[in-house]
Amino acid sequence: MSTLAGKAQLATSTGAAITVFVLLLALAAMVWAGVPLVLVVLAGLGASGFVVGRARAQALADGRPRVLHSLPHFHGWYLALMVFLPAFFVWVALSIAQDPVTRTLVLNGLEERLHGAGALAPSATFSPQATNFYYDEVQRAAHGESLVVERVERVGVLGDAVDRGPLIRQIREDAGRYERLWFIGDGLRLVLPLALAGFAFSFAARRLATDFRARNRVEQWVVYALIAAATISILTTLGIVFAVLFETLRFFGKVPATEFLFGLQWSPQTALRADQVAASGAFGAVPLFVGTILISLIAMLVAGPIGLFSAIFLSEFASSRFRSWAKPLMEILAGVPTIVYGFFAAFTVAPFIRDLGDLVGLDVAAKSALAAGVVMGTMIIPFVSSLADDAISAVPRSLRNASLGLGATRGETMTQVLLPAALPGVIAGFLLAVSRAIVVMAAGLAANLTVNPLQAVTTVTVQIVTLLTGDQEFDSAKTLSAFALGFVLFVATLLLNVLALYIMQKYREKYD
Amino acid sequence: MSEAPQTSTAPRAPAPQVAHAPIEGPRDAKMRTRAVNLWYGDKQALFDVDLDVNRHEVTALIGPSGCGKSTYLRCLNRMNDTIDICRTEGEIYLDDRDIYDPDVDVVEIRARVGMVFQQPNPFPKSVYDNVAYGPRIHGLVNTKAELDELVEQSLTRAALWNEVKDRLGDPGNGLSGGQQQRLCIARTIAVGPEVILMDEPASALDPVATAHIEELIDELRRDYTICIVTHSMQQAARVSQRTAFFHLGRLIEVGETNDLFTNPQQQMTQDYITGRFG
Amino acid sequence: MTDATTPEGRRRVSVQGVDLGLARRYAKERRLKWLGIAAIAVALGLLALLIADVVLKGYTAFWTTEVRLTVDLAEAELDPDGTRLRADLEDANFRGLVNDALYAMFPAVEDRLERRRLRGLVSGQAARDVQRMVLNDPSLIGTTRDVWVLADTDIDQLWKGNIDRDLPENRRRVNDQVVGWVDQLAAEDRIRSAFAWNLFTNADSRDPQLAGVWGAIVGSFWIIVVTTALAVPIGVASAVYLEEFAPKTRWTDLIEVNINNLAAVPSIVFGLLGLAVFINTMGLPRSAPIVGGLTITLMTLPTVVVATRAALRAVPPSIRWGALGVGASRVQVVSHHVLPLALPGILTGTIIGLAQALGETAPLLMIGMIAFVVDIPDGPMSASTALPVQVYLWASSPERGFTEKTAAAILILLGFLIVMNALAIYLRRRFERNW
Repeated sequence: MSTLAGKAQLATSTGAAITVFVLLLALAAMVWAGVPLVLVVLAGLGASGFVVGRARAQALADGRPRVLHSLPHFHGWYLALMVFLPAFFVWVALSIAQDPVTRTLVLNGLEERLHGAGALAPSATFSPQATNFYYDEVQRAAHGESLVVERVERVGVLGDAVDRGPLIRQIREDAGRYERLWFIGDGLRLVLPLALAGFAFSFAARRLATDFRARNRVEQWVVYALIAAATISILTTLGIVFAVLFETLRFFGKVPATEFLFGLQWSPQTALRADQVAASGAFGAVPLFVGTILISLIAMLVAGPIGLFSAIFLSEFASSRFRSWAKPLMEILAGVPTIVYGFFAAFTVAPFIRDLGDLVGLDVAAKSALAAGVVMGTMIIPFVSSLADDAISAVPRSLRNASLGLGATRGETMTQVLLPAALPGVIAGFLLAVSRAIVVMAAGLAANLTVNPLQAVTTVTVQIVTLLTGDQEFDSAKTLSAFALGFVLFVATLLLNVLALYIMQKYREKYD
Repeated sequence: MSEAPQTSTAPRAPAPQVAHAPIEGPRDAKMRTRAVNLWYGDKQALFDVDLDVNRHEVTALIGPSGCGKSTYLRCLNRMNDTIDICRTEGEIYLDDRDIYDPDVDVVEIRARVGMVFQQPNPFPKSVYDNVAYGPRIHGLVNTKAELDELVEQSLTRAALWNEVKDRLGDPGNGLSGGQQQRLCIARTIAVGPEVILMDEPASALDPVATAHIEELIDELRRDYTICIVTHSMQQAARVSQRTAFFHLGRLIEVGETNDLFTNPQQQMTQDYITGRFG
Repeated sequence: MTDATTPEGRRRVSVQGVDLGLARRYAKERRLKWLGIAAIAVALGLLALLIADVVLKGYTAFWTTEVRLTVDLAEAELDPDGTRLRADLEDANFRGLVNDALYAMFPAVEDRLERRRLRGLVSGQAARDVQRMVLNDPSLIGTTRDVWVLADTDIDQLWKGNIDRDLPENRRRVNDQVVGWVDQLAAEDRIRSAFAWNLFTNADSRDPQLAGVWGAIVGSFWIIVVTTALAVPIGVASAVYLEEFAPKTRWTDLIEVNINNLAAVPSIVFGLLGLAVFINTMGLPRSAPIVGGLTITLMTLPTVVVATRAALRAVPPSIRWGALGVGASRVQVVSHHVLPLALPGILTGTIIGLAQALGETAPLLMIGMIAFVVDIPDGPMSASTALPVQVYLWASSPERGFTEKTAAAILILLGFLIVMNALAIYLRRRFERNW
């Protein structure tokens, strides 16, 4: 036992040495990586807070472990967090505020001063763009760079009401103010966090006592951090809805929603008539919706039976060994990126189908809906299969045993007992699979309004990509229409998912 | 099982250093509950329960399923706090402290009032680490040697040491069911609680393992105060000194185990112990 | 089943000694079974077809064609002043040397147009390769060396057999004269196939012979780094909060449904969000991996949250009670017991999510990672493309040489994905735990 204790002691002191070494290494790495020195110092202070806190708690305990409410290292963490976190947040806040505050102070009463200095004609005003330019010039002057107004005779944003000589003098003067303010800001960013850290250190260190609940405090911080993370996750949900919805509404401000949802003509590039609402093109999205639905339908015709029958086989007839390698293999199909399916469709399947069509005398488009549908169907086979498999396996064993016990064959048990019972789950699986299929990238570009699978159709996804790649101005109806399409896609998949979940829940209730 | 060794070299014995307290003589309540009401959402599960759990006794809680006995037990170390919709009213004292007082640290209560559950639930760690877990998080020992000693002591008290001393590094869930439950008891003891709550500790075990556990409970009474929920009246009769009968969330009757089983005061108790319902 | 009438006149059902139509019923069952086998065969066949197709189209891209030139490194041409200074050598006319070597091989070619075609036998890289050789070893000046240089992309395609020699001349990219030259080179043992290191070391290029995926791999690497650094901690922390700490109220139910739905939202919608938030609102640079990573983070976050919650839920509550029962705090219960036990599940889910993220194209197209970038990106802020986007870009390039490059890029992408998924499967098998 004593050797064990000795070893433990040795391990602790080696551990402490390693900790200190790692810590110093980490601080050095921070400096090397360009982390501001204040932060490095704060991190160092935090780390020493930990060491001090732990040591003090140990001293308080004086070898009687149970007298402490919290373990010594919690006292260490408490001190470390108290030293680091508030100071860190103050530093971040100051850093964010520094530029806007400096700007406001530098530009305070700018117009009057310009008028006073004779840099601006008495009745003229300074536009916001001009103010921005002025501030940029001030910054350039402060950083010792050459001024644009010195190099260029006439600066457009300033207009003609300025006198360059006084203006340059004014800029130089403000640059001085800027430098002073920036210096003060830098000083605050340095002094305030450090002072706060020092204050927090003395405050927190004094609170350490045997009955001080350091663990509870530290754990509260942990929970706050978790809440912050969860908030971010939730904000992305809202973010998506609002960002896309906002742009969609702007789009509907340019193009009426009815035209978008029910119009039969999609050609965002060209104006059809001069008096059209949005003169940039036609935004009737029906051909896109029809194309998407057509391809999804073909995909489901491929994936539905294949997925369902393989699920039946895998869940009822296959040996567990066969299952254990067939399932992962099939799942590879779902793991292959969509872009690969796009390549497969464009370079292999579509030409093959066209050649086949030529053979029997059918006229097939180069990027037929059929090719895209078949390829997307291939992609979602594993979705259908594993969701159907889950649904079949979720039917209680007792039901299956009851059927087998009556002398039904396994096939009859499957078709007459398990499948009817699993039907809602299977349908929900189909719906979920459809929501994956509608993101096809493999389709063509031409917005034909047709349900002929041998023709080329386009899809919502393809159009979004087309609209948003290449040069774009952000406010044009063309760009905004992509958001409207995205919103439709979002709502459609959401509805499919909610519907699928609803069906599944309803059906679970039946057995639970 | 031989007598548990009381080593004086331990820096701090995990159990209070009280010598074999006799049942006779003045009894004092270790835990007292007054007017405890408890709700799960809108459904009230306990009604005005007043009950004392006496020091160095085994108090058995019996009653039909859903009578609130487990719920009551879980009030005693605030395990009900982990259920969001659960709301408790009333006063529950451990010694002279109301454990539902907002000032109280729930973790401290659970360290003083340990709990053993129906299903043996060892952590998926080694036997040693299972027992050492509590002492580690509470900082009960300073050195590895002390920890070794405490682990051995706890396992010995739980009547498990001889069976596992050569495989302390094996996973705790590799033991048999009865051994797992004794491991869980050792884990609880290692923290040095004052009260041990047991929620049907033998219901998942075979008769031999059950007998082992019952023997152990009787042993442990010397050092701890024990409150046990059981659905077996025989078990209550075998291990407990006092028995409380619950029905539909109310405490119907409480008394010396012998009295309660031989001469129940309430008709309902009579019906239950004679097997007319339950 | 067959009915029989008992003496009492009641109908009795018996299965003894009657034909239950078992043969027919078993035949039906067999049919169902065969349909299942056929379905699986079709699915796996499609998988095999897909992979075989990509491999057949792409394996040639791992080889490139080189031509052996006998270059006269005349001092008079390269370094007339004999200074051997780097600056002088860098300005020297290596292009001319390479051209002279070609003319020397085919002295009969004198027509200007034909000579231009002759110069086109080797790629633009050839002169630079020769130059690099000389810069590395200036003592070569004044000697005559045999140098293997990259062939032009058309020659490469011809040599690999991707251009059909039997086609009429006017429908072929190389004419009969060039074919003749190549045959002559072959006869003189001056043309060979070599491993295409270019593919792994270069970034994109207009010349299929020079285009490589390294730039895209580096871009993808930075995207995955940013995504991992953000999505994993935030996702795991959110899941831990929602599963272990948050009170179960109607709000948390709503949040759960929301996050589940988010995991099924098409990736392109996340691209729109990234465009609207990171580029238009926050003004981050287009085409930078940092924006790509942020956008992919938005997409991966729900996946990580869902996987983590599932893994946390798989840890039985009795473990939590056990720890609470000995006086562990909730944070300790989670950090000492629940998280370690859930870790394999979390890792598996996260790796699968990241593999998905690696293969994602659409959201990256939205935020402008489709730019033509010839430099290897040197960090998360520099313009870059990503592996799947490179596939998209090359797939839309008409040149013959890019078709095989596309397939090769797909193979490399699939290679990464297979490694990641295999790792996930290994972790799942290794740490699978039945409670």
